[in-house]
Amino acid sequence: MTKTRNGGAGVENASAPSTWLVAPALILFLVFAIIPLAVALGLSFTSWDGLTAPVFNGVANWIRKLGDPVTYNALWLSFQVIIFSWIVQTPISLLIGVFTAGKQRYRAVLSALYFLPLILSSAAIAIAFKALLDPNYGLGQSLGIPLLSQDWLGNPHLVLYVVIFVIAWQFIPFHSLLYQAGARQIPPSLYEAAQLDGAGRVRQFFSITVPQLKNTIVTSSTLMVVGSLTYFDIVYVLTQGGPGYATRLLPLDMYLTGFTASDLGGASVLAVLLVVIGLLLALALTKFSGFNRMNSQQEGA
Amino acid sequence: MSTHTPTRPRNRTAAPQPAAAPKRRSHQRRNYIGGLAGWIWLAIIIVPVYYILITSITAQGQYYTRNPLLPPTDPTFEAFGLVVGSGFGRYFVNSIIVTLTTVVITVAVSLLAAYVIVRSRKKFVKATYSLFLLGLAIPLQATIIPLFFMLGRVGLYDTLAGIILPSIAFAIPVTVLILVNFIRDIPGELFESMRMDGATHGTILRQLVLPLARPAIASVLIYDALNVWNGFLLPLVLTQSEENRVLPLALWNFQGQFSVNVPATLAAVVLSALPILVLYLVARRQLVSGLTAGAGK
Repeated sequence: MTKTRNGGAGVENASAPSTWLVAPALILFLVFAIIPLAVALGLSFTSWDGLTAPVFNGVANWIRKLGDPVTYNALWLSFQVIIFSWIVQTPISLLIGVFTAGKQRYRAVLSALYFLPLILSSAAIAIAFKALLDPNYGLGQSLGIPLLSQDWLGNPHLVLYVVIFVIAWQFIPFHSLLYQAGARQIPPSLYEAAQLDGAGRVRQFFSITVPQLKNTIVTSSTLMVVGSLTYFDIVYVLTQGGPGYATRLLPLDMYLTGFTASDLGGASVLAVLLVVIGLLLALALTKFSGFNRMNSQQEGA
Repeated sequence: MSTHTPTRPRNRTAAPQPAAAPKRRSHQRRNYIGGLAGWIWLAIIIVPVYYILITSITAQGQYYTRNPLLPPTDPTFEAFGLVVGSGFGRYFVNSIIVTLTTVVITVAVSLLAAYVIVRSRKKFVKATYSLFLLGLAIPLQATIIPLFFMLGRVGLYDTLAGIILPSIAFAIPVTVLILVNFIRDIPGELFESMRMDGATHGTILRQLVLPLARPAIASVLIYDALNVWNGFLLPLVLTQSEENRVLPLALWNFQGQFSVNVPATLAAVVLSALPILVLYLVARRQLVSGLTAGAGK
């Protein structure tokens, strides 16, 4: 963060633009993103139904929410979504990214189609999958395979995995794009040398492609983990947290506590938890990987 | 942040990718397994998209009797008519207003901020930049409850402005980051020589920064616009009335309203994706680079 690349001479300050120019961005960001965090903390010590004025009630919400098994269920579900999403999305995105980085014409055509989910909103994707997964009129009926005609979204043992699948369907194209950009920057000479040494395709993949994509893996994983923690849209439209509490992830728990159960004080406790966990996760990931690398990586994407 | 990797050729956000790429495995055996897996993945992606399209042109009465994967025998656009007649135009216009206003203001204020961040060494400016970077790591979903409270207090609940203002705030950190990274690469001498010639900062912005940063600006515009166009949570929490409904929320409402009419719901899905589909067809490369521009988030 220390030295600027431009100039570096003492004259720079004299020719520097007025600091006031950062004001519009800074004020908008402070008022609508940072101050709300403080307000959330404040609201977490109040009892508020969203209609009347909030009333201070001390740590009552905190005691209630931290003693509520629903909160721990939400944390556990969010944790599972983070882990499973990473396990499912990372290898597939990496393979697709490398695959579409290839120059063959059919791959260029395929990749244009692969990225189609990027143009659909989460609401649109969730609505489409809701129809597609319908046990009576959905995909299962069409193929006549009873196994596919399950009540995917109504079965509490399956629904979390279905949600993870739909999230993967939405986000793998995006992460593939990152890997595609990364793979295109690997110097071809590395592969030529490996081929001269008689290394096969699998060997090349594991000893050249994967190590060369290390930075992309870090970037993509960070986005995936933080994104999975805060994921709301698809799950809300697909299941609204149900059946029962089967897909009530942390952000859903916050929303439903606040706006369905009209307990905005309790929901604010969950909001604060979300911020703390999100920051800790991001911190841990960047400490482990290096924020600098992650950011210089994105320019090459 | 200021670490640069000078050795690596930087393929800028909007740079055309394929041309420079290596023709890598030309003299290797054909990769049949990879190819097969590629076609399987294509099926996983295409089937839902195909299903949306054919269902949207199916008559409501046929929906329950047809085979869901076969195109309808007598395609009809009645579902589209129903959707358009149900206020779709209004929601569409609302989405356009929210998206355009948000991206224009976001990019304008972020460009000013990025210019100062690159060109100034004041502590305050550095601290501001650090705050924006921290903003990348804050899960902004957590702000919906306080925003609901704050906007209610100032009478902005259930207005389009109530969606726009937080959307701008949410988009600023990543937009500033991308623009800063880009403007940093403009050689400092160019700024200095323009200053020597007596150019104001306004002139420098217009004649130097704006033209040179065009690819980055295009990328962030697209990235921010897609996020706002598809945004669901803010409108869900911060608006209520029909007249302020935006498209993603309208889809969700159609789904309840047309619960038994799946073709109509999916026709709404098709219509809502149409503008971005057009963008995808005419400017796929810019769209794609715009999408990955946000990867630093």
